[in-house]
Formats: sequence, structure tokens, C-alpha cells
Amino acid sequence: MAYQVNGSTVEHDEEGYITNLDEWSKELADTIAESENIEMNEEHWEVVNFLRDYYEEYQIAPAVRVLIKSIKKSMGPEKGNNKYMYELFPYGPAKQACKIAGLPKPTGCV
Amino acid sequence: MSVTKKFLYVNRKAPYGTIYALESLEVVLIGAAFEQDVSLAFLDDGVFQLTKGQDTKGIGVKNFSPTFRALGDYEVTKLYIEQESLDERGLTKDDLQEIVYEDEDDDWAEKPSIRVVNRAEMAAIMADQDVVLSF
Repeated sequence: MAYQVNGSTVEHDEEGYITNLDEWSKELADTIAESENIEMNEEHWEVVNFLRDYYEEYQIAPAVRVLIKSIKKSMGPEKGNNKYMYELFPYGPAKQACKIAGLPKPTGCV
Repeated sequence: MSVTKKFLYVNRKAPYGTIYALESLEVVLIGAAFEQDVSLAFLDDGVFQLTKGQDTKGIGVKNFSPTFRALGDYEVTKLYIEQESLDERGLTKDDLQEIVYEDEDDDWAEKPSIRVVNRAEMAAIMADQDVVLSF
């Protein structure tokens, strides 16, 4: 199973998470988002970039409640809440946003 | 109403070479969702898990030591290190990475998660638990 981006092939697992994290690109993010029926806008990118920074610092994709709490801390309560985050990523902010960000499935998402 | 139990995860092995250390950390992070009273203990070679400046390039595995710094986000804020285990390996508290959590009840003040205790104190901490998981 693989995504096709600009003529190159990026492997992913059965749930759509890419296998080699180094193969991520912004174009790939758009492709993954499309397969999730999400049209990326600035708000989506803000979360995706936040997750990539979080992974860079802690080497971990955070669980959804940790993600929302951390967003609240860094961007304020108008963004760090369930309603806002689920409007952006209806099938789970951590799961979908991590997939688009090219990260592993979040640790602690049961 | 659910009952909160005291869980202690005991880490005795060096971070790499076996899968125990990483598995333990993953269980802690997954288990954190269940809102129990979680503590971690580090003794014997387990104290090496928290040393700073780890570099795993030469052995081709992921350096997961930065993940310990995310424990505070998961509300895991008690990391007990045994003083004797540090001493026996020529380590001091300064060889360990700094791990902090933000105390919600104290205006999000940053507080240290690492608490160095002696062997007798560690025994008392273990005796005080409902569940002890050894890795």
C-alpha cells in the first residue's frame, strides 16, 4: 500500500500511516489529507506543524487529550478544545493529524 | 465511581540492548489514559535510562530518552531514582536529564519530576503500591 506523490511512491501501513518518516513532504501531507477527505487550510497546518514540532522534541506522537491540552497551552482555549479540534479533524484530531503529519499512530490512543 | 489504584512501574534494565525499557515507557504512556496514580522507579542499570546526552546513532535504534520529558503532559509526575544504584555506577543526579511537570494546582509552575531516594525509601514506596509492574 502506498501514496503517489509527484511520481514517487511512499509506502504506508494498513491504516495509512507512512512507514518511513523521512519520506514526508508538504505535498504528501496534502495527498494523505485528500484520502481522509480533508482539505488542508491554515488551521489544519497549524495543528500538523505543532505535532511535527512535538515529535521532534519528544520523539512521540501524543495521545489526543495530551494534544488538545498542549494546543490549549500554546495557542489558547479557543483552539485547545474538543469542538475546534474535531471540526478540523472529524475522525480524531490526533489520529488524522498525525497521519497527515507523517508521524506514527499516537501513543496512548486506545 | 472508579477506584484509583497506585501503580508503580519498576525499571531495572539499561535503555538499549533489550526491549524492556522502551516497552515499559510505552505501557506507562498507554496506561496513563486510565487516570490511575502512576509512579516510575529506576534502579540497578535502569538508572541509565534517564542519563542525558544519549546518542544511539552507532547502534541504529531510536533514542527514546526525550520521551521521558513528555511524561508530565501525560500527568505522570513521580520518577523515583535509587541513590545507591547511581552511586554503584559512578553517576550523580547531574548525569540525569532534567524532567519537569507543570503543576495545575500551583498556577502551572514547573516542578521537577525526578526524586532521588535511598534504598529504604524505595522499599517503602514499593510497599505502598496496589500494583507493581517490573521491567
